[in-house]
Amino acid sequence: MSRLAYIGIVIAALFILAAIFAPLIATHDVTVIDIAMRYKPMSSENWFGTDSLGRDVFSRVIYGARISLQVGISVVVVSSIVGTIIGAVAGFYGGIVDKFLSGYLFNVFLAFPGLLLAIALVAFLGAGQGKLIAALCVIGWVGYARVMRGQVLKVREYDYVMAARALGAGNLRILFSHILPNAIQPLIVQASLGMAGAVLSEASLSFLGLGIPPPAPSWGTMIEEARQVFSSSPHVLFFPGLAIALTVLAFNFIGDGLREYLDPKQRAR
Amino acid sequence: MKFKLINFARQLGLMLLVIWTVVTLVTLLIEIVPGDPATVILGETATQEQIENFRAKHGLDRPAFFFSYGEEGFVWNGTDNRYADYWLGLLSGDLGNSMRTDRPVIGMILERYPSTIKLAIAAMLVAIGIALPLGVLAGSRKNSLVDNFTSVFALLGISLPTFVIGPFLVYIFAVKLGWFAPTGSLYPEDIVLPAVTLGAALSAILTRMVRSSVIEELGEDYVRTARAKGVSERTVLFKHVLKNGLIPVVTILGLQLGVLLAGAIITEKIFNWQGLGLLLLEDGIGKRDYRLVQGCVLVISVTFIIANSLTDFVYRKLDPRIRLS
Repeated sequence: MSRLAYIGIVIAALFILAAIFAPLIATHDVTVIDIAMRYKPMSSENWFGTDSLGRDVFSRVIYGARISLQVGISVVVVSSIVGTIIGAVAGFYGGIVDKFLSGYLFNVFLAFPGLLLAIALVAFLGAGQGKLIAALCVIGWVGYARVMRGQVLKVREYDYVMAARALGAGNLRILFSHILPNAIQPLIVQASLGMAGAVLSEASLSFLGLGIPPPAPSWGTMIEEARQVFSSSPHVLFFPGLAIALTVLAFNFIGDGLREYLDPKQRAR
Repeated sequence: MKFKLINFARQLGLMLLVIWTVVTLVTLLIEIVPGDPATVILGETATQEQIENFRAKHGLDRPAFFFSYGEEGFVWNGTDNRYADYWLGLLSGDLGNSMRTDRPVIGMILERYPSTIKLAIAAMLVAIGIALPLGVLAGSRKNSLVDNFTSVFALLGISLPTFVIGPFLVYIFAVKLGWFAPTGSLYPEDIVLPAVTLGAALSAILTRMVRSSVIEELGEDYVRTARAKGVSERTVLFKHVLKNGLIPVVTILGLQLGVLLAGAIITEKIFNWQGLGLLLLEDGIGKRDYRLVQGCVLVISVTFIIANSLTDFVYRKLDPRIRLS
C-alpha cells in the first residue's frame, strides 16, 4: 500500500485510541463551565486554550473524536449492511428487480444532492444522535448498493457459481456462500471513504445546528460556536477544524490506498 | 431515429418518475414530525382553539394520503387529502403558504433563489479558474514542484470543510487585510469570499480531474504526431490536449451544480448570504416552518434532477463514443 495509506492508518489509529481512552487522555471535565476562564489562549494548563464558556478545548476535541467515530462507525455499519443486501439482490436477480432497484430506487435517493435529505429528515424528526445516525444512513446506503451491484454482476458469471448452481445449490445459498464473500473487497474501500464522509457529514450537520445538540462536544458545534470570535481567539476554531481535516484525510488516504492495493492492475505497477 | 426517440422517452419517463417520488417523499415528510406539528409550531401555551384553527388553515386536520392504516386497518380516505391538495397546488405553481407568516412559499423562494444560483455559478467559475491552469500545469509537469503543490492543494480542498475554510478566509481577507466585508450580500464584491469558500472543494476535485485527463491525453498518439510535426508545446496543450481532456470535466461540472446548491446552505450561513439555503435554515428549520422547508427541499431537489438529466444529455452529445454505443 502507498505511504499515504500508512500515514492514514496511523492518524486514524490515534483518533480511535483517543476516542476509546478519552476519559484517561482528557485533562479537564468537558461539561464544567468557568466563565472567568473563557477564551484563554494555549497554555500548560489548557493545551488548546478554552472556549466561550471556559471549557478546555483539548478535552472537548478528544471527546469530540468519540462522538465523530461513534456516528461514523454506526453509519458505515448500518449503511453497508443495507446497501450490500439491496445491491446484491439487484445484481443477482437482474431483470425487472434490477431495473426497479438500480434504475429507479437508487435514483430516487440520489436525487437529493449532498446532505439535503439528511437535513430535511433531521429538520422534521428533531435533533439527537440516534436521529442523526438514521438520517445519514438513509443517504449513505446507496453508495454501497451501487458498488455491491457492480461486483455481484461480475462475480455471478464466474465458473464456480455456475458449478454450484449445477450441483443444485439454491439462490440464497449461492448468493451468501459463494458470491458475497468474493464480492466484498470493494466494499472495504467504500467503507473507508464512507467513514470520512460520515465524519464530515456529522460535523456539517452539527455546524448547522442539526446534529448533536450542545453541550455535547461535537467538532462541528465547536466550530459554529467559535466562528464569531475566530479573529480574536482563533484556537477555538483551529483545533476542532484540524481534527476534522486530519480524520477525513486519514480515512480518504486509507480508502485510496486500499483501492490501489486491491486492484491487481494498479498493484502490478 | 426511432431508437433515439424511444431512448429519450425512456430517460424522460424515468426523470418524471423520480421527480414524482421525490415530491411524494417531501410531501409526506411532515408525517414524521414527533407529535402534533401544530403544537410544535404554536408552542405549549397555545389554546385548543388556536391549535384547531391552525390545523384547519394548513390542512393538518385532513388525512395525509389517499389511504391510511390505523386501528381499523386500511381506510380509504378518498381524494380529499393533503397529498392530492399539494399536487394540485404544485401543478399550478403553488407550494402552499408559510406556516409562520402565511406568505406564499413560492414567493419567498423566488425572492432568494436567484442569489443562490448566482453564488453557485460564481463558485463554479472560481473552481474552473483555479482548476484549469493548475491542472494543466500539474499534468504537463508530472512529479515536479508544481505537481506536488497541486496534490497538496487538492488534498486540502477535499478534506477541509467549507465551515473551516470560510472563517479562515474571512479572517485573512476581511479582518486582517480589509479587502472584503465579512458577511452580507449587498455589494457585488461581497460574492468573492463566499464563492471561493463554496468553490474550494470543487476546485480540488476538478484540479485532480484535469491533471489526470492531461496526463492521459499527453500519452496519446495524436500528441506525439503533433510534436513530431513541430507544433509548439503551448498549442499541443491548449488546442489539442485540453479540448479532449475537458469532456469528463464538463460532466462533473454539470453534476456538481446540484451539489453546490446543497452545499451553499453552509456557505450562506457563514457569510449571511441571503439565498435559498439561509431561507431553509433560518426561516424554515429554525422557525419550524415545515411548509417552507418542504418547498425549499423540493425546489433544490428538482433543480438537481433536471441539471443531472441535462448534463447526461449534453455529455452524450459531446462524446461521440457515448452517442454511438
